[in-house]
Amino acid sequence: MSEPTALGLSARTGSVMVAFTVVFTALMAFTYSATKPQIDASAAEEKMKLISEVLPPTSYDNLLLDDYAVLGPTRELGLDDGGRVYRARQAGQPAALILEATAPDGYSGRIDLIVAVRADGSVSGVRAVSQRETPGLGDYIDPKKDKDKKAPWITQFTGLEAARLPQCKVKKDGGDIAYHTGATISARAVTNAVARAARYAADNQNRLFAAPSGSSL
Amino acid sequence: MDTQTYREIAWNGIWKQNCGIVQILGLCPILAISTNIVNAVSLGLATIVVMAMANLVIAALRNFIPYEIRIPVFILIIAALVTVVDLAFNAYLHELYLVLGIFIPLIVTNCIVLARVEAFAAKNEPGGSTVDGIAMGIGLTLVLAVLGAMREVVGSGTLLSGIDMIIPGAQPIVLFGDGYPGFLIAILPPGAFIALGCLIAGRNWIEARKQARLRANPPATPTEPAAPAEPA
Repeated sequence: MSEPTALGLSARTGSVMVAFTVVFTALMAFTYSATKPQIDASAAEEKMKLISEVLPPTSYDNLLLDDYAVLGPTRELGLDDGGRVYRARQAGQPAALILEATAPDGYSGRIDLIVAVRADGSVSGVRAVSQRETPGLGDYIDPKKDKDKKAPWITQFTGLEAARLPQCKVKKDGGDIAYHTGATISARAVTNAVARAARYAADNQNRLFAAPSGSSL
Repeated sequence: MDTQTYREIAWNGIWKQNCGIVQILGLCPILAISTNIVNAVSLGLATIVVMAMANLVIAALRNFIPYEIRIPVFILIIAALVTVVDLAFNAYLHELYLVLGIFIPLIVTNCIVLARVEAFAAKNEPGGSTVDGIAMGIGLTLVLAVLGAMREVVGSGTLLSGIDMIIPGAQPIVLFGDGYPGFLIAILPPGAFIALGCLIAGRNWIEARKQARLRANPPATPTEPAAPAEPA
């Protein structure tokens, strides 16, 4: 075989590269479409499981995942790109709001939370959805990582009454919320985000419950 | 290939060319993930799956890949396979995915996968290449497990924390009681470097002793058989 020209070599390797790209992109596209229904179903199930941790399933009777309003960028919740608010109702009456909220000032970046606020303004529960706090130090904000399994740190917010919300600050800042020494920043970020979200829910309750399902606010 | 060759490939992957402590490849995920055993072993297992698949597919296709563009093609294939594994785990092994999920995309960044594809799968039969991928993966998993154990014991005073995500109801072992304040440097990246350094030193020590013993009583026949194609 004679020495290939630069152009010939480029054309040959280029077309092989394109062929490989097409074949393997097709493989990925096929897998994606084949697994999508299954993945969506598990994602919804997971979301319900997470919600049931912050709001007992007995306290509402509507189809929670179908009853939501879409929020645009909301500073009070720390949502730069918007998020969703799920509305829990009992016999048609407002029971609780489940808000997606973000603490932008975690030690290692953003901490995504879900916060459930009852219609009477009290906090029903809080969970960290995603966080990158220092393992073994600041990550106790996630009850799965908290070494205290009986009373994880984040359960301090469970059932926090509306009257106590002004004290929803870490003790170092003059509030009621305990934290682990040496890891104040993570706890403070979550605590302040919860306080902001609870205030936002109370201030906007009527508007949030009244919005038609699936609508954007 | 016969069993003897397979055994050599396996021994190469697990000890002689161990990617964690001999080739020192793929440090980024090794150091980042080995904060406890459960994370470390989970990443190791996911890497075994991906390395076996990548080596198998590339060894099977090796005659169709032009030499000049082999690296982009390898990366394309590895990335596609990782995506497929990621989606398949998410859909069909969802419980496991919740544990391994965040680690699977990280594997693409692990240069050990590309290194084995380039050094072994591109020149060998699919069967041997798959064994090489699995053996290298096991070698990596062992290093990760030891590293994870060292850092977890020293750093947080526990073993197997997070095991309940894999075996529901299982409890982590608390070694030094609840009052252990933790030793932060072991959890942070410097601790990973120090622990890995200790492992490398330990392996070198074992090898040096073996060499010394070999020099003291030389065997009648050479015990060291030629390794299979193993470029630097």
